[in-house]
Amino acid sequence: MPTLAFLNLQGYGHLLIEGTVITITVGIAAMVVALGLGIMGALARLSQQRWLRNIGATYATVVRGIPELVLMLIVYYGGTVLLQQLLSLGGQDVRVDINAFLAGTLVLGFVYGAYATEIFRGAFLAIPKGQIEAALAFGMSDNRVFWRIMLPQALRLAIPGLGNLWLTLMKATSITSVIGLTELARQADLIKSPTHQPFTVFFVASLLYLLLTALSDVVRIKADNWASSGFRRS
Amino acid sequence: MLGGFDFDLIWRSLPELAGGLVLTIQLTILTILCGIIVAVPLGVLRASPRKRFYGPIWAYTYFFRGTPMLIQLFLIYYGLAQFKFIRASILWPMLREGYWCCLIAFTLNTAAYTIEIIAGAIRNVPHTDIEAAKSMGMSPWLVMRRITLPIALRIMFPAYTNEVIFILQSTSLASLVTVLDLTGVARVIIARTFSPYEIFITIALIYLGLTYATLWVFRKFEGHLYRHMLSHGSKVTTAPALR
Repeated sequence: MPTLAFLNLQGYGHLLIEGTVITITVGIAAMVVALGLGIMGALARLSQQRWLRNIGATYATVVRGIPELVLMLIVYYGGTVLLQQLLSLGGQDVRVDINAFLAGTLVLGFVYGAYATEIFRGAFLAIPKGQIEAALAFGMSDNRVFWRIMLPQALRLAIPGLGNLWLTLMKATSITSVIGLTELARQADLIKSPTHQPFTVFFVASLLYLLLTALSDVVRIKADNWASSGFRRS
Repeated sequence: MLGGFDFDLIWRSLPELAGGLVLTIQLTILTILCGIIVAVPLGVLRASPRKRFYGPIWAYTYFFRGTPMLIQLFLIYYGLAQFKFIRASILWPMLREGYWCCLIAFTLNTAAYTIEIIAGAIRNVPHTDIEAAKSMGMSPWLVMRRITLPIALRIMFPAYTNEVIFILQSTSLASLVTVLDLTGVARVIIARTFSPYEIFITIALIYLGLTYATLWVFRKFEGHLYRHMLSHGSKVTTAPALR
């Protein structure tokens, strides 16, 4: 089989698989952060308090106007220098290494939280007012209305948007390679020289990303169907 | 930050950063133009009922939309050297330059997304408009040029605006293949001065300004597209959305 011979990675292939696992892990961790920030951001944007609305709006607009790569570099290199200066104030002179997994997760979560804010805002706004009034009329507290009426429905309404968010986020995890996280893109970058087959290496890596995209698509379609099962389609 | 925010350093770095900004804008505009040239014919074919081109165009857009732009860039920048015939070709002096690899990778990437945007818009042009044009005796080519494409342009405009913003921000990846765009220049200055926040925060603000300035220009142009209507609520997003 000539095609398979072309894809031979001379024993380095398992590194790409290990990288894929890290890609999935950092993607899921960042998605969790993004969901949390998205829900909080949406609540802030819809809050009665003006200052909360301003914070939510600033977060959503500013973060989306800056490239992920630049934010990643700010947090990683800026954070390293900041920590080093803080520690040297305390009389310690140590080299600080920020954990790349943590930095990557937080930055991606922070960036995609801004997109999730818009998705959840739309979802919360789509819940009929009458339902909230009915719940309040039953004597539910604001808290209980949120957990029992608003959040479950908002999650369901947000699913199509969140599916799209996940697909974009998963591809964006490749940016974490610039801060040294050994995810799929970084592993491919590392083995391109020893194998002398840079095209093959990056092509196999792209096939692995495609596989993740295809699998995510299947899950997304299933989730979309589940989320819309209670609604009549027009 | 603790040692004080060095505004003087920012001031002294501005001329250098301006050079990077020019390259960022240039790369964005060239990518957008090349992307349109590739995407318009393929988008029209993608929307046409003829099935012959369906498979290849689908495979192209699926690959480029399903993989990270970073990998596509590395596939071209590092990958092409694997092939002897490319190293021997007259194009090699160009293909080993980070700048040209960026232009090629970004163009292929944005074209894939733009093809889907165009095809989606063409499919959403009202049938009645096309039937009316046909019944007036217009040839298929004339219908495409005078009716389908202008209406499709208005339908796709908000999504395409978003695509332009995405490309603008993605050009920062060029810094990873030695191109001295805004991010690239910033990294060079930081390697020299060891002051990451001043410079990174400065370029973050520049990108922020560029993004919202671009959105403003596109909203103005949207008004121009709808000048025949008495009132039209702007559909261009007020902030970048997901691709």
